[in-house]
Amino acid sequence: MKAPSFAYARPGTLAEAFDLLERHGEGARILAGGQSLIPSLNMRLSSPELLVDITGLAGLSGIESLPKGLRIGALVTHAQIERSPEVKRHAPLLAQAAPHIAHPAIRNRGTLGGSLALADPAAEYPACAVALDATLVIAGKKGERRVKAGAFFKGLFETDLRPGEILAAAEFPPADKAVFVELARRHGDYAIIGLAGTQAASRKRFVFLGAGATPILAVNASKASSLEEAREVLGKDLDPPADLYHSSATKLHLARVLLERAWNKL
Amino acid sequence: MAKAELPLHAPGTQLDKGYIGQSVPRANAQRLLQGRGSFIDDLRFPRLAHVAFFRSPYAHARIKRLDFSKASKAEGVIGVFDGRSVAEYCTPWVAVLAHLKGIKSPPQHAIAIERACWQGEAVAAAVADSRSQAEDAVARIEAEWEELPVVVDMDEALAGKRVIHPELGDNICFKRELDTGGVDEAFATADVVVEDVFHFGRHTGVCLEGRALLADYNAAEHSLTVYHATQAPHMMQDIFSRHLNIPEANVRVITKDVGGSYGIKVHVYADEMATAALSVMLRRPVKFVADRLESFVSDIHAREHKAKVRLACTSSGEILAFELDDLTAIGPYSVYPRTSGIEGNQVVNLTGGPYRHQKYRAKMHVVFTNKNVTCQYRAVGHPIAVALTEGIVDLAAQKLGMDVAEFRRKNLIPDDAYPYTFPSGIKFEKLSHHKSLNKLLQLMDYQKLREEQLRLRKNNIYRGIGLAAMIEVTNPSPAFYGVGGARISAQDGATLRLEPTGMLTVMCSVTEQGQGTEAVFAQVAASAVGVTLDKVRVITGDTAVTPYGGGTWASRGAGIGGEAVLLAGRALRSNVLDVASQILKADKATLDILNNEIINRLTLETRMPLAELGRVAYFRPDTLPIDFQSELTVTRHYTPRQYGFTFTNGIQASWLEVDPDTGFVRLLKHWCVEDAGTLINPMLVDEQIRGGVVQGIGAALFEECLYGPDGQLLNGNMADYLVPMAGEMCDIVCAHLETPTRQSQLGAKGVGEAGTAGAPAAVMNAINDALAPLGARVTAMPFTPQRILKALGKV
Repeated sequence: MKAPSFAYARPGTLAEAFDLLERHGEGARILAGGQSLIPSLNMRLSSPELLVDITGLAGLSGIESLPKGLRIGALVTHAQIERSPEVKRHAPLLAQAAPHIAHPAIRNRGTLGGSLALADPAAEYPACAVALDATLVIAGKKGERRVKAGAFFKGLFETDLRPGEILAAAEFPPADKAVFVELARRHGDYAIIGLAGTQAASRKRFVFLGAGATPILAVNASKASSLEEAREVLGKDLDPPADLYHSSATKLHLARVLLERAWNKL
Repeated sequence: MAKAELPLHAPGTQLDKGYIGQSVPRANAQRLLQGRGSFIDDLRFPRLAHVAFFRSPYAHARIKRLDFSKASKAEGVIGVFDGRSVAEYCTPWVAVLAHLKGIKSPPQHAIAIERACWQGEAVAAAVADSRSQAEDAVARIEAEWEELPVVVDMDEALAGKRVIHPELGDNICFKRELDTGGVDEAFATADVVVEDVFHFGRHTGVCLEGRALLADYNAAEHSLTVYHATQAPHMMQDIFSRHLNIPEANVRVITKDVGGSYGIKVHVYADEMATAALSVMLRRPVKFVADRLESFVSDIHAREHKAKVRLACTSSGEILAFELDDLTAIGPYSVYPRTSGIEGNQVVNLTGGPYRHQKYRAKMHVVFTNKNVTCQYRAVGHPIAVALTEGIVDLAAQKLGMDVAEFRRKNLIPDDAYPYTFPSGIKFEKLSHHKSLNKLLQLMDYQKLREEQLRLRKNNIYRGIGLAAMIEVTNPSPAFYGVGGARISAQDGATLRLEPTGMLTVMCSVTEQGQGTEAVFAQVAASAVGVTLDKVRVITGDTAVTPYGGGTWASRGAGIGGEAVLLAGRALRSNVLDVASQILKADKATLDILNNEIINRLTLETRMPLAELGRVAYFRPDTLPIDFQSELTVTRHYTPRQYGFTFTNGIQASWLEVDPDTGFVRLLKHWCVEDAGTLINPMLVDEQIRGGVVQGIGAALFEECLYGPDGQLLNGNMADYLVPMAGEMCDIVCAHLETPTRQSQLGAKGVGEAGTAGAPAAVMNAINDALAPLGARVTAMPFTPQRILKALGKV
């Protein structure tokens, strides 16, 4: 479990970072908190030529209040989100989700941007971003572009990020109510199934994690007018893939349990 | 007054007890906590080479071709080797024991030749200047394979349509039958017969420190020094010597700090033998530290069992008979030198163990499969036997409508019935089942808990209480391995030396695995000699230094090693008093040692400090009578022999809540009452029990090595293989009874495995107690949410 050798660069400006990414193309990987990337190197699951460490870049950190919502820089760590009074006030869904992410040592280094850009369908933030209808701010050589979270997650570990681009921040609009629940056999594990639920202007949004290749917005259940109906139609929304310990049917059953728990809290 | 009538001690002094029974802190804890431990990976040697292994990606495959041309040219590579080249330096082994009649296994090589029989079996080794470079080289090895049919299912293995080792005739490694007679009659006349099938997931012991060794061959003297994270240095000395053809006197095994073992590090591993052979081949030090991924496919696994158990009893709840049919799968080889037949053998020996029925019939098969090998892991066989016994006992009580505690009280062997022979033939010296049960019920406030349980059920809160009475093998005699021909020592020794400064050096053949063995020996030695604990230094884990012995396994360290220390300490005390008597020209019987000083035992008056005695004995013996020679170094040994094993007993209880919507189990509290004889350090005993309980809970709720139908391990990493973690654990309350063994002067029995033995059964029974009003029952460990939901009919 030793990583194959690789080169390392820590650019001081975005321009330098774009340069490195362009020059090395697919051989370059962006390193932020490293909590997923470094283990994958050590297990020799990937062998990039170059790691571009973006933790020295200005402008990717910080939590900022917007006229409507909150902007969180890509380099903000899970621990910062967990402890931030702004997040608790303006994006309580994230504050509820953060303590479920792994363990304190990992939360001290892992970043919001890293989690969103990796797009692990079992991770907490991608589901929260979709539930809150967040906007992702993407920096590229030619400037900045903005993508809605719902369009950003395209497949298993696949996002709308193009080669050479860096996820800079995410903007979270406010919600009237928010609830995050997940089921993990051990605290800190990737959840068997989880649910980020929001309610804004009496419209509910239920987004599941661990239920497909991407965060899954339960379209039918979100529109349902009663809990019974929501539970019933959830079967049309979800066809969760089995994991090592749980069949698809078990996961759907657990999703319904979570839906009920979330519904009663919204 | 005659000498014999002199009072032993002045009133109020506790010379006889000393530190025994006191929770004094361990001397080595501070060193470890300050990061100054010395583990194998901390060692840096000149010309040190590192080895990484190329492991079979298939569960069963013929090696058609291995091409090292690219790997050999990789940067930093010293050499790349296959099984044939290593076999020229290391002979194969066959793991059988004469007392396990009929056990069979094929020869196993340090590196597989021709064929790999499990996914993860090493088929080549790359040695390089760094581990990273060795891994680079492994990635460049090219192999051509011919996949062979796999046998992964136990029943399929037993049926034997496909035979893994055709030369053995079938897939049966070992089988055993036992019959006291009268079983059929007992079942025929019984008022109540209960029967169930229990499954136990294959799991493994996850040590903080992976398996590791550094082998350093010195061609100049044809000697081999192996720094080895092992539980049995002398056993390994013998094995390195015999299989590498180096005289035993030229092999030295040094075991420094070890980061946990749990039985994982008491076996001979092919990759470790290969590492030693590579050191001989390359004439330089070679290090191997198993990383986490290879640990999962190469550390021994354990406990894959499927067993049917039946119990017959009367309508008044008297157990008449037990019947057992156990099937266990061990991978493609019996593990050397202890064999993989022991776990199943223990299940047969121990099932039904706490109870007084006299009729028992058992059948057990151990079969080969194409999975990683299994062997002895903490509490060997006990978690299976206790779960089978206590699971079926609860079912019987349920069927009779009797309280589970009352049912046990009716059937536990009476505390005054010892010595007692159990129907499987094992003998108990002295146990305390009833006292333990009473203490447990009081400790947990059983009645109140039952009332709470009933009250909460009305609010749809499902909580359960599970009890698990147990017996455990500790302090094994030569009957365990020696009689079967294994060169595994059942005796251990201790050397105590009083230094000129009055310090006491203790050298013992039992090793420290991180559990505090050295602290226990220091307490016994200080108490036996009469010095304060700060004067004692303990050395373990060096075959060139300590007396010969078995090491650490089967809960034997304190009971056997501790007794050797005690005997040596008492002899040294006497020798020191001989010297004092000469120096002081006083009657020896009037002298004693207390707090590092020679005292008058009646008046407690100080006569001289030990440092002064040491000065005279070592540097001015000219002042002593011409015919007197001081002997301030003493060695003593101890072997338990009166009983095959010094059995202990205990009982555990679990209190938990099942969420019937999710199938999740929340542990609320766990209790363990244990009778391990004399307690030397109650704090260390409690932590042994707590750690063991947690490993047992791991078996009940979390841990299972999952294999696919192709024999691939599916969850061989720390994210997917779930070890129990602090967040999910509850408080574990420990209490003790002390029924000392009379086989030794110390009276200590073993305690290292008690927690692991009983916890899975207690948790299982508690889950089933919680599920009972819902009409559900689970019997396949680990009890995952899915298994519980299935039992509830929800998925």
